[in-house]
Amino acid sequence: MSESKHTFLQVNDLKTRFHTPEGTVYAVNGVSFSLKEGETLAVVGESGCGKSVTMMSILRLIAIPPGEIVSGEVIYRDDDLLKLSESEMEHIRGREIAMIFQDPMTSLNPVLTVGRQLTETLRTHTPMTPEQCRERAVTLLDWVGIPDAANRLYEYPHQFSGGMRQRVMIAMALACTPSLLIADEPTTALDVTIQAQIIELVKRLKQDVGMAMIWITHDLGVVAGMADRVIVMYAGFIVEESEVDDLYENPRHPYTIALLQALPRADRRREKNLKSIQGAPPNMLTEPVGCPFAPRCEFVKEICIRENPLLEIVDGKHKSACWVDVKTGGLR
Amino acid sequence: MTRYIIRRLLQAIPLLLVISLILFVLMQNATDPLATMGGRMPTKPEDRARLTRQLGLDKPIYIQYLYWLVGNDWAKVDLDGDGVAETSGKRHGVLRGDFGTSIVQTGRQVTTVIFERLPNTLILMLTAEVVIVLGALFVGIYSALRQYSLFDNILTGILFIGYSMPIFFVALATMYIFSINFQRWGLPHLPTVGMFDPQVGKTTGQIMLHMVLPVFSISFISFAAYSRYIRSTMLEVLGQDYIRTARSKGLPRREITYIHALKNASLPIVTIVGLDLPLLLGGAVVTERIFAWPGMGRLFIDGIDRGDTPVVMGVLMLIAVAVVVFQIITDIVYAWLDPRIRFD
Repeated sequence: MSESKHTFLQVNDLKTRFHTPEGTVYAVNGVSFSLKEGETLAVVGESGCGKSVTMMSILRLIAIPPGEIVSGEVIYRDDDLLKLSESEMEHIRGREIAMIFQDPMTSLNPVLTVGRQLTETLRTHTPMTPEQCRERAVTLLDWVGIPDAANRLYEYPHQFSGGMRQRVMIAMALACTPSLLIADEPTTALDVTIQAQIIELVKRLKQDVGMAMIWITHDLGVVAGMADRVIVMYAGFIVEESEVDDLYENPRHPYTIALLQALPRADRRREKNLKSIQGAPPNMLTEPVGCPFAPRCEFVKEICIRENPLLEIVDGKHKSACWVDVKTGGLR
Repeated sequence: MTRYIIRRLLQAIPLLLVISLILFVLMQNATDPLATMGGRMPTKPEDRARLTRQLGLDKPIYIQYLYWLVGNDWAKVDLDGDGVAETSGKRHGVLRGDFGTSIVQTGRQVTTVIFERLPNTLILMLTAEVVIVLGALFVGIYSALRQYSLFDNILTGILFIGYSMPIFFVALATMYIFSINFQRWGLPHLPTVGMFDPQVGKTTGQIMLHMVLPVFSISFISFAAYSRYIRSTMLEVLGQDYIRTARSKGLPRREITYIHALKNASLPIVTIVGLDLPLLLGGAVVTERIFAWPGMGRLFIDGIDRGDTPVVMGVLMLIAVAVVVFQIITDIVYAWLDPRIRFD
C-alpha cells in the first residue's frame, strides 16, 4: 500500500446498541478505524463480536428500532454518513459503498429475475437507458464468470447454484463501480472449492476496479492471502489492529494469540494439537466494565477486571488494547 | 400449465359429485319441503300424501338423488299424484343444467331465482371485498413499516374492537346512528333498508347510497383480520435478507416496499383472498337480512326456513363450484407470482 493514497473513510467511536425484550445488547462499543483508497481491510472475530453490526451501521442498514446508533461518526469523503438524510444515504448505498452478504441463497429476491435485480441498481444510480442497463448487466455477469450471461438474465435466483448466486451478488454490488466494497463473510455459506473461486474472483475484480474493500470473516486463514491490514474485534471492541504480516508474526493481544492457536496450519507439526479458547464469549446484555476478554485470558491481571484498556499504538502501525505485554507476561 | 388446469378440472368432477351427494342427503333430512309449501298454513294431511307422490319424495333417497342429478325424463313418474306412475318426467337434471323448480316460488326455475339475486349480492360483496382488500393493504403495509409506532398501536386497538364485535351489532349501530339519529337531528342521513327508494327507482345513485351501510358493516368486521394478516406477512418479508440486499443497493424505499417486499408478501395474501372470493357468492346472510338487501344470503336463509330444497341445493352447488374454480385460479396466480412454483 503506497503512502500517497489518502484516507477516505474514517470511523470514530461508533456505538450501536439493540433494545430487545431481554435487555439492551451492547453490540458495538466505540469502534474507530480508517481506510485508504484501494486498501483491503480484514475484520476478524468470532460470531457475535459486532463485525457485521459495525459495517451495517456504517451503511445505516441496522433496523431502527430495535437497533440504535448511539454515538460516533462515519466520515466518508466529506460527509458524516450518520448525519445524512435517508434519501442522501440512498445515493451512497450501492453507488459509493456496496455490500455483499453471507448467504447468497437468501440474499437475492426469489420472485424477481436476476436481470431485473442487476439492472435496478444501474437504473437507480445512473442515467442509463433500459437497453444500456441490459447490456451492462450482460457485461457484469460475464465479468464475474457466469457463462451464457445474455440468456441467464431472464432466469430467477433458484435456477442458479450457491456459488453462481454469490457471483450474481458480486456483480450487483460492483455494477456502479463503488469506491468501497464491504464483504460480510461472503464465502462462509459456500463449500470449500467454491470459497476459493469466489476469493480469487473478488481479488481479481478489486484489481480491475481499484476499489477499497472491507472483508469480514471469522477465518484468519482467508485473511492472510488478501488483506493489507487486519482489525481483530471482540465483544464489540477493536482489540488489535495491525498490518497483515505483523499480526501473524507478532500478535500483541491475548485474544489474537488464542485465535491463531486455534487455526490449523500446514506448517505446524502434527503432534502440536489445536488449542481452543477456554470459556464462552461474554454476555453482550451487560454494559462492559473492564477488559471484555479478561474472564478467558491466560495473562489476566487485577487491573483487567477493573478497567478496559484503550486501543493504543504498541509498535509502529501495530495497535493493541491490552494492559499486558504478552512477551514478558507483565504489565506494559 | 394447460395440462395442469385440465387435470385439476377433471379431479373436480368426482369431488363435486361427492359434495352434491352429501348435501343432498343432509338437505332431505334437514327440512320438510311440504310443511307449508310456501304459504302460511300447514299443509293438510290429504294434500301431503299427494304432494309427496307428485314431488317424488316417496322414492328412496338414491332415486331422488339420481333424478336430481340426471333428470327423470327417462322414467315414469306420478305427476298428478293419484298413486299411479303413468307420465314421463319433465326434469332434465343438474348435469343438463336443470336444478328443478322452486317450491316456494311455485313453478319458477331455480336458476332463474338464483340469477335474479346473484347480481345484487355480487355488487354488494365485491364492493365490500375491494374496500377490505385495498384498505387492509394500505393499513397493513403502513403499520408494518411503522411497527409499534403510535399509529400502529392505535390502529391495533381499533381493529381489535372491530374484530370482537358481532356483525349484527355493527349493522344495527350504524343504522341507529347514520339513519335514525341523523334523520332526527335533521342531518343528511342514509337509508336503512332495501336496494333503492321505490319512489325514485333503481338508479345507480340510489343503489350506491343504499350500499353504504351494509358495505361498511361487512368491511368493518373482516378488515381487522385482513389488515393484521397483511401486516404480519409484510413484517416477515421485510425482515428477509433480500430486503437488506435491496436496501444496500440504495434502491428507493417505495421500490423496496412495493416491488421487492409486496411481491413476496402477495402469495399468502392471494391465498386468503382466493378462499374468500367464492364464499362471497353466498352473500352476507346476516347483513342482507338486517338491511333487507335482496341477495343470495337472504334467498339461502329463506330457502332453508321454508324447506325450499331445490333452491338451497342450487345455491350450495354454485358455491361449491366457485370454490373449486377459485382454487385453480389461485394456483395460476401463484405460478405467475412465484417463479419457483411450477405445476408441470
